Amino acid sequence: MTTAAEAADPAVPIPALSRAPSARSGVRAVRWGLVKLALAILVLVAAASVTFFAQLLVPGDRATTILNQQTGRAQLWSAADLAPVNHQFGFDRPLAVQYVDYVSGLFRGDLGTSYTQHKPVTEVIGAQIVPSLVLTVAALVTAWVLSLVVILVTVKRRRFVTAIGSTWEALTASLPPYWIGVVLLVVFAVELRVFPVIGGTGVAGTVLPVLTLALPLAGFLGQVTRDEFEKVLDQPFITTARTRGMSDTGVRLKHALRHSVLPAVTLSGWALGSLLSGAVIAENVFGRPGIGQVLVVAVNTRDVPTVSGIVLVVAGVYVIANLLVDLAYVLIDSRLRAS
Amino acid sequence: MTEVTASERVSLGTDPDVPLLAVENLRVSFGGHEVVRGISFTAHPGRCLAIVGESGSGKSVTARTLVGLTGSGAHVRADRIELDGIDLTTQSERTWRAIRGRDIGFVLQDALGSLDQLRRVGDEVAEPLRVHGWGTRASRSRKAIELLGSMGVPEPAVKARQRPYELSGGLRQRALIASAIALDPKLIVADEPTTALDVTVQAQVLDLLAEAKAHGTSIILISHDLSVVARLADEVAVMRDGEVVEHGPVHQVLRRPRHAYTQALLDAIPSEHTRGTRLSRGGNVPQRSRRPVDRGRPVLEARHLTKVYRGPDRVDRTVVDDVSFELFGGETLGIVGESGSGKTTTARIALSLLAPTSGEVLLHGESWSTLPPRRRRPLRKRIGVVYQDPLNSFDPRWSVGRITIDALTMGNRPPSSRAEARERAVRLLEQVGLGDQHFDAAPLRLSGGQRQRVAIARALAPEPEVIVCDEPVSALDVSIQAQVLDLLTDLQDELGVSYLFISHDLGVIHHMSDRILVMKDGQVVESGTADDVFRRPQHPYTQRLLTALPRLVPA
Repeated sequence: MTTAAEAADPAVPIPALSRAPSARSGVRAVRWGLVKLALAILVLVAAASVTFFAQLLVPGDRATTILNQQTGRAQLWSAADLAPVNHQFGFDRPLAVQYVDYVSGLFRGDLGTSYTQHKPVTEVIGAQIVPSLVLTVAALVTAWVLSLVVILVTVKRRRFVTAIGSTWEALTASLPPYWIGVVLLVVFAVELRVFPVIGGTGVAGTVLPVLTLALPLAGFLGQVTRDEFEKVLDQPFITTARTRGMSDTGVRLKHALRHSVLPAVTLSGWALGSLLSGAVIAENVFGRPGIGQVLVVAVNTRDVPTVSGIVLVVAGVYVIANLLVDLAYVLIDSRLRAS
Repeated sequence: MTEVTASERVSLGTDPDVPLLAVENLRVSFGGHEVVRGISFTAHPGRCLAIVGESGSGKSVTARTLVGLTGSGAHVRADRIELDGIDLTTQSERTWRAIRGRDIGFVLQDALGSLDQLRRVGDEVAEPLRVHGWGTRASRSRKAIELLGSMGVPEPAVKARQRPYELSGGLRQRALIASAIALDPKLIVADEPTTALDVTVQAQVLDLLAEAKAHGTSIILISHDLSVVARLADEVAVMRDGEVVEHGPVHQVLRRPRHAYTQALLDAIPSEHTRGTRLSRGGNVPQRSRRPVDRGRPVLEARHLTKVYRGPDRVDRTVVDDVSFELFGGETLGIVGESGSGKTTTARIALSLLAPTSGEVLLHGESWSTLPPRRRRPLRKRIGVVYQDPLNSFDPRWSVGRITIDALTMGNRPPSSRAEARERAVRLLEQVGLGDQHFDAAPLRLSGGQRQRVAIARALAPEPEVIVCDEPVSALDVSIQAQVLDLLTDLQDELGVSYLFISHDLGVIHHMSDRILVMKDGQVVESGTADDVFRRPQHPYTQRLLTALPRLVPA
């Protein structure tokens, strides 16, 4: 019935077009990758520039702050006292030189030196980033598994079952992670003693922090997927699959799922970044080492290079996550390859 | 649980006198509302039973009941549903799954929606094989290619690796049929298998089904289109409101219908024989004498229109190629063509919704496609438009009355008061066969025919000289289509309005048009009076179109 509409719409792919030789599509893929990479670098440089200039806006002289930190006092220092510090950290050079130095340092993997720990920022972050990334990725994966199981089991079932599914999603999506963390801690660690109270970075100690972050996200992902899933189950191709003798579970897994995950995939890019910066809550509640703890300490002590470094790492994770999302899009729905 | 055993399946008959499927007194209801009311029929090997009816007649529900997929909340009762001796009324879901795809193949309409867009065509075709545990992965994919090839799909190995959206409508429908016959079922249920297909492709798909029939497959064809049925069916059951009103051999039902409803359905089909007559309300009552066409200056004129699109691969595609036409006062100019022929793009250029790459459109001798938008706007009221699906062009929160009044205020004589606006809107609605009672209705609540009437009222409101009708009846049932076409001709006689009438349906075009343009690949391949084009087609493409056109009276 759409004969007329199809005729006019230039967006409808013409078969000859999609049969383009694979060499050409390979060139297109490489070009796509290069453009994405260039944009990613641009985003990181922009984030670095913003943090660099933001630290200049922090009230107070930087050398004074550092000396106060080192001595544990709060006083005004003489120019003679400040000069070696200014020289050590390069504050006596022109601003433009400092900026170029900072940005070019980024390309060499140099994020500057921590004011408080007197170690390269890369070292400060490097020691703590692994547990944070483990926590973040594990939470994202757990959230996906939880939300998909609830979707597959409860969408378009008996009314009662469907209601349980959507209520569960609304409830978990609206709970504050901090509260979930405390409840999980009290119930499973203190009362039932299934998991350790102070977890560390082992497997047993990771379960509760992961759940703390994963539960609200699972509810959220479930809510966006549920709508799509319901719509897809009404599509004619689902009926076609059933007329071929496919079981209900088969239809859900083989056909419906792939069509309904795109919105949740989109959100996952954002979720990965936000989990990393939000990990501090879980790390605090469970006394777990991680980048969140480092960030809190660095902000409290005005350790600007460390804060900037962490901002850059989080920005980097966002960029990588969104690249992965773009890639996942094309893998799930090849129609998006063109656009 | 009765498992379908191998020994039972051997008995699957090929004797055309023994029914393969017997249905007696089938009743289906949804929430107390009965949509199928006690129908009985049989299907025989090597024969085709057509179940014909309009929307809401219960024909699709019947089809789905035959594969045990009536839908949630359905209550199905029958004295007997027997497939080759197996009682289907008492089967478990598990047995149903064994039967679906293996004993009964099902072809749905709308192959784009009925194939999973994200999977390869080959995987879709091979799915029944996989579900029923046929062969290995490699042998299944070979079989899928073989099946596509047997359906006349060119380069089947290439097509099997593509996704459904990369294939044309005709190829998609073939893939769908290939999947349905993969396990060589004894019965194929086809629900509107050729709706939405171009007439030449439709003919090819029907030939494929005819071939399966010749090999001894039993076919149940569900359709709203009596002319499609004429091409394939041996037996026809006409359904209305869940009942079979007439049932008999195809030549008898189509040539000597006994029921008034069948007769009305047949009369409502527009064709060359219905020109100058009314289609609706039964009987070929001659129309009023037609207002003569004013052959003075054309009201709308297109001069050498060309539209070129640049694709993402930077290759230019000429969608409309040097199209010229003149439309005179009170005349209907039909543009007919298959999908991709450029007819809708031509309409959009005529409406100045799209700028041509070259060429110009003149409205009353004045160039209007070349005007800047600000100077073009006052002229817009002189040309109206009616689309295939008006729902998309209505603000869903507006009432019918508001839609009509809004269009009135666009015209030359905007209403000066609220009372006048309402009065004139109601008068317009009455003119298109609606009335005061529809004034506050939301378009969503109206039937398809009523919506199209609102769209016509809206197009008429600014009192235009030309209305562009782009597939205005393609989504409507044949009896509703008849009413809308009658309304359009009545309005033309009354108001002298000209129509640029675009359709893929040759019957509709022939019934409506004074003159016709036949478009193919953006070019006008033939033009002339309706009778010249249809009776003495010069261009081979037109000749091919007319040969492919299913005819009510089997040749």
